[in-house]
Amino acid sequence: MMLHNALDRYHDRPSSIHDLDPRVKVVVTLLGIFSVLLLPDGAWGAYFLVWCAVLAVALVARLGVGLVLRRSLVALPFALVAITLVFTLPGRTLFTLQLGAWEISASDAGLVRFSSVLVRSWLSVQMAILLVATTRIPDLLHALRHLHVPALLVTILAFMVRYLAVLLDEVTRLLRARQARSAASAQGKAGGSLLWRARVAGNMTGQLFLRSLERSDRIYNAMVARGFRGQYVTINPHRMRRRDWMALGLAFAALTMIQWLGRTLS
Amino acid sequence: MPIVHEPVARCVDGWGRPAPDTLALEVEDLHFAYPDGHVALRGVSLQVHCGEKVALVGPNGAGKSTLLLHLNGLLNGGQGSVRVMGMPVTTPNLPFIRARVGLVFQNPDDQLFSPTVYEDVAFGPLHMGLPEEEVRRRVVQALTQVGMAHYADRLSYHLSMGEKKRVAIATVLSMHPDILVLDEPSAGLDPRARRGLINLLRTLPITMLASTHDMLMVRELFPRMVIMDEGRIVADGPTAELLEQTELLEAHGLERL
Repeated sequence: MMLHNALDRYHDRPSSIHDLDPRVKVVVTLLGIFSVLLLPDGAWGAYFLVWCAVLAVALVARLGVGLVLRRSLVALPFALVAITLVFTLPGRTLFTLQLGAWEISASDAGLVRFSSVLVRSWLSVQMAILLVATTRIPDLLHALRHLHVPALLVTILAFMVRYLAVLLDEVTRLLRARQARSAASAQGKAGGSLLWRARVAGNMTGQLFLRSLERSDRIYNAMVARGFRGQYVTINPHRMRRRDWMALGLAFAALTMIQWLGRTLS
Repeated sequence: MPIVHEPVARCVDGWGRPAPDTLALEVEDLHFAYPDGHVALRGVSLQVHCGEKVALVGPNGAGKSTLLLHLNGLLNGGQGSVRVMGMPVTTPNLPFIRARVGLVFQNPDDQLFSPTVYEDVAFGPLHMGLPEEEVRRRVVQALTQVGMAHYADRLSYHLSMGEKKRVAIATVLSMHPDILVLDEPSAGLDPRARRGLINLLRTLPITMLASTHDMLMVRELFPRMVIMDEGRIVADGPTAELLEQTELLEAHGLERL
């Protein structure tokens, strides 16, 4: 029960960004991410402009700069995978490392490519954070439906969102039950061998799978009981207004500008 | 999709008054065994008249839930027959039957599968193919009936157990069923939520069949009681009388109040 709030990334604020049609937000976010990824390496000026735009949106949405920055750090470890670029790209050698029998050297071009990848992924993550912080999940799902994402995919997403919290609760209960019985006797050490612990963890995973399977059966029954015949139907609550079109146009213009600057300046 | 069916008796007459002579439910010599060989029902016969509120009690494994799942056609294939409002529960009739029998499952987390409360209550009417205006009207009406009108835009997983239970009932009320079938409605509720639920069930002007272990609720809410054990109905009569028969109750794992 206590985990639910940790899952919800939505921040309810009265702002013009929150008020935009979710479709516009989804499209602009996707365009923004693609646009950033398409920027050439080392276009630092353009990266900076994108970052300013992200911060501006965060401020207009009354989220504050700190929130977006803090959340975006989560993604950095994943971007570190790109570190191999520093050593694999040909270019002027910066320094050389001796690793046992191997000798690897870092190149300047590799370093530029690596930092660009890092910055670009960091900016993309910030855009995604803005999207989920300003759009409620049901709206997001509807937007995807209206943008002709396959219905089955959206339904799967909807179920995931709905039952993630329930599954987390189930995991918490399993873990708690294990903890409650993980006692130590007065003599001897507590715990058991690694293999034994791995087996317990495996059993718990199996338990979770079986419980989920049974739950999915019950959910399906509940759907069929209310007339579900294989087709998912939803009510359409979204209508594009003038300011939605304007926001879409503005975002498109800004992204084109940044693309152009990034290509001419670098 | 228009469904051709034989004339069906309505539970309520043209003025909205209950028509008590009609049989809302008619179960005849129903047998059922699960695919793993476990025999759950061994010849169950039960009649429920319109407007009746009937409690179904008995130990776990007595076959209560199995019986309830048959009323909606979710389980079938055994011997015997089930009729809802005079209409046999057969595959071609199922879409109609499912609108007539509102089945409320024990665990609201299984029943509330949509992101928001509103969408969940709209699910049934939408799948009945009703026009959008009518769907919206019914959602508001059903949520108001269970006292949850302000919760329409809330996310289901943010609700308390009692609130989820109410919404779960609204999800079937929006289909305007003739019979409300509840599986352990008061299980897992705290006393206040339980009290609220009992008061809600009392005010709903609808035929009701509820399986439960909550004997206090049975005494308070259901004038008629059916005891099941080992896949059979072992007693069926006025609640007040059955609750006096200590030997009968104890023989089937029930406690006298």
